[in-house]
Amino acid sequence: MTIADDVLQRHGLTRQEYQRIVDLLGREPTITELGIFSVMWSEHCSYKSSRVHLRTLPTTGKRVLQGPGENAGAVDIGDGLAAVFKIESHNHPSFIEPYQGAATGVGGIIRDIFTMGARPIALLNSLRFGSLEHPLVRRTFAGVVAGIAGYGNSIGIPTVGGEIGFDDSYSGNPLVNVFCLGLAGTDEIVKGVASGAGNAVYYVGAKTGRDGIHGATMASAEFDEKSSEKRPAVQVGDPFMEKLLLEACLEVMKTDALVGIQDMGAAGLTSSTCEMAGRGGAGVEIDVSLVPQRESGMTPYEIMLSESQERMLLVVKQGREAEVERIFGKWDLHAVHIGSVTTDRLMRIKDGGEVVAEIPTTSLTGEAPLYRRPMAEPAYLAEAQTLSLSSLGPPAPAADVFRRLLASPGIASKQWVYRQYDHMVRTNTLVCPGMGAGVVRVKGTTRALALSVDGNSRFVYLDPFIGAQLAVAEAARNVACAGGQPIGATNCLNFGNPERPEVMWQFARVVEGIGAACRALDIPITGGNVSLYNETDGKAILPTPVLGVVGLIEDAAHVVGRSFCAEGDAVVLIGTGRGELGGSEYLKTIHDVIRGLPPQIDLELEGALHRLLVQGVSQGLIRSAHDCAEGGFAVTLAECCFGTAMGTAVDVPGLGVTSGFGDVATLFGESASRAIVSVEATRAAEFLALASAGGVPAAAIGRVGGDRIRIAVDGRLVLDEPLAEVEPLWADAIGRHFELPRAVA
Amino acid sequence: MKFAVVVFPGSNCDHDAYHAAKHVLGQTAEFVWHKDTSLKGADVVVLPGGFAHGDYLRTGAIARFSPIMQEVTRFAGAGGPVLGICNGFQVLLEAGLLPGAMLRNRSVKFQCEHVLIGVEHSDTPFTASCHVGQVLRLPIAHGEGNYYAEPDVVERLEANRQVVFRYVNQAGEATAGANPNGSVHNIAGLCNEARNVVGLMPHPERACELVLGSTDGLVIFESAVASVSQGTFAGIQ
Repeated sequence: MTIADDVLQRHGLTRQEYQRIVDLLGREPTITELGIFSVMWSEHCSYKSSRVHLRTLPTTGKRVLQGPGENAGAVDIGDGLAAVFKIESHNHPSFIEPYQGAATGVGGIIRDIFTMGARPIALLNSLRFGSLEHPLVRRTFAGVVAGIAGYGNSIGIPTVGGEIGFDDSYSGNPLVNVFCLGLAGTDEIVKGVASGAGNAVYYVGAKTGRDGIHGATMASAEFDEKSSEKRPAVQVGDPFMEKLLLEACLEVMKTDALVGIQDMGAAGLTSSTCEMAGRGGAGVEIDVSLVPQRESGMTPYEIMLSESQERMLLVVKQGREAEVERIFGKWDLHAVHIGSVTTDRLMRIKDGGEVVAEIPTTSLTGEAPLYRRPMAEPAYLAEAQTLSLSSLGPPAPAADVFRRLLASPGIASKQWVYRQYDHMVRTNTLVCPGMGAGVVRVKGTTRALALSVDGNSRFVYLDPFIGAQLAVAEAARNVACAGGQPIGATNCLNFGNPERPEVMWQFARVVEGIGAACRALDIPITGGNVSLYNETDGKAILPTPVLGVVGLIEDAAHVVGRSFCAEGDAVVLIGTGRGELGGSEYLKTIHDVIRGLPPQIDLELEGALHRLLVQGVSQGLIRSAHDCAEGGFAVTLAECCFGTAMGTAVDVPGLGVTSGFGDVATLFGESASRAIVSVEATRAAEFLALASAGGVPAAAIGRVGGDRIRIAVDGRLVLDEPLAEVEPLWADAIGRHFELPRAVA
Repeated sequence: MKFAVVVFPGSNCDHDAYHAAKHVLGQTAEFVWHKDTSLKGADVVVLPGGFAHGDYLRTGAIARFSPIMQEVTRFAGAGGPVLGICNGFQVLLEAGLLPGAMLRNRSVKFQCEHVLIGVEHSDTPFTASCHVGQVLRLPIAHGEGNYYAEPDVVERLEANRQVVFRYVNQAGEATAGANPNGSVHNIAGLCNEARNVVGLMPHPERACELVLGSTDGLVIFESAVASVSQGTFAGIQ
């Protein structure tokens, strides 16, 4: 029998992959088996293009309790507690149906965390969109934000931070990366394993419907004009159901009746059964006719591939079933016994008495195809890396540039967004979103955790290796600015079509860059997610690695935000600017180009900077800290003033850049490893001595106070703007796109 | 004294109210499951914030049918102090323990931010330690906090001095600009005619510790402790 090309194409399988299935089974697969292989071998589930590269990342360290391979990673934060965290993408569904796509992305990552036995306490997100000038982008943007809010607010987990970037390359392919962190006792971490022959396999949660069938396959294909026809592959979220599941599962985990648990995320019942059996070295037999179904007449194929949300698979010790059923009953959830663990290492799916699939579990996971895809340096690179400032025409006046940058959506206040997220529920939030890293205290201890997600895709586009290092450095610098020592990271790697050699080259260089930075800064990667095929009509997004970094603050009484605290405080600039404009917000916003080389990065200096920040905050020297990023020194300084009603006056050395762009480079260049901190004036010398001892350049450049932002370069005043005029430009830039049209008189 | 924090499925500020009562105030606190039929000898009942039963219908519309609500109603009828915070306030409205209803915020969006409210009356168990005109800085976090009642009902509420909290500016004035959600007469919180049942949209339990940005919510809980210990509003058990 030969299978038709269109059947394979619908399943996203190549003919070679099909032949591999036939070889592994020793026969032709049934249609149910074909469906199971297609989702498990999809890029989304199998990481078949990325695995060879991801293996090179540093994943171990003295605090690492769980590295990649489980539902989430975990690090030891002391006091017998573990921080369990992960970031995951929900890009493709969020383009097709923004609200539900984003909402179910939040739901999915929360399940990954509580599945590990941890109570989720914080969410962050990293979002990318096209220009807000386009109505369709505004709709996507508003829908994604409302979806994140709708799910997170209802389930009662605060969204404490995040970042949002804009570039035309995301117009047809927005990115929605969601990070969640939870807390568990170090001895309470639960794994996704099925073991112990005869133990019961339980299905709990929402009923299975036809929604989301082939969602994982969809997430592994490019978009074209027919993509909106894929809407049935997007799921609908029910945060209330998930809240019940969360509470009930955590209650069940307090008993020792549970062997393992996994959520039915991508590839639903299929991935949860075979992955749990695979990890436990066991087999699983389930009867799909017992699975609670929302619709009538569902086939085994549909039941196995459905991605209906809010469902969990549990393995319960034999003889303890009633206890577990009683707990779920308390929460009005029905735990249904659908099968049992076996010893034969087979995933056996029955429909009543009939066996409809029987597959060795390892053939779905360990034996999945692994590609070393061809790589080639992209043709655009050499050209894009050259930057001739003189060809851009004369530089605009500094005040104009300053105002335009403050109002550019990537830099502007995201208050319009954060106001829609409940960021205070659970009463742990010490630093609110929009103030740098989000900080949550750990109740019952003296500690707190600083959390940041970050990634500058323009730098990655111009040099993936350096850009990836900058992404790690910036995310880690954010948590260090709050006073947190970076102790672990998770990454979400968003790229175009890996079958194109230049995309694969970007990917490989990014993974190398992340590895280099994480090794140098001693920040292990404990897991993450890869999202490929982020292309629409053949146009790829900017390569976008997003790093989520967890920082440990030993004393929650010593936490700082980015805002200046008191008039008269000394303003200290840490680090050295080089006037680097390559890939800057300045070039993009003012000249509409992404060119040049990204800023240099000295990882040793970066690490020393983090140590200085953590020391300075913990000793109570630093009263506010903000890292220099998009928009450079001038924008960073302005952000320290916003919301405080205090201005500042500073004098910085010129950076020796000629060609008429000297002031622009000094004010708006984006050199790495820099931060602006404020220190009580009488303790400035003490802080500068600490910096000097740590080998970090630092200089007191001025004072907090007044109602203007005044920046002099070598004594010459180059920027002198009234706070009351420039702050609204920054504060209202996003919201103004969403004001209701005035009624026609 | 003992606080009972009612837990509906979908409550998500239950732990926060419990934390404030027990760990910040040092009082006894106990969770009461919505299917329970006893308040376990509590002196004060708190209906916490959240999305009871998912709130896919009108907020609080299903929670009023939870078994514990019969007991809460009996407790309130006997003069016991009951505090509804945010979703708890919405549940009190649906249960008929307080008059009026909630509409979606004027912005048609969920809003999470700090607001100012003015205390109008100190003769309730949750404002007894406040002074009239005191301005509190508390967070709100709701999508449906736009309080509405028919004009005659609002008139009666005002005449009976049942408007306990109003959204105000720094000067304590109930201006349009100080109103975050469109509530009629800037109403942020109410009491019943007997004055022992109080509901408000802002979250005092989120403002009980300086590290969280405000301690203005403490006085609400301290009022309850003072009222009960002085026997002003002790319920019949």
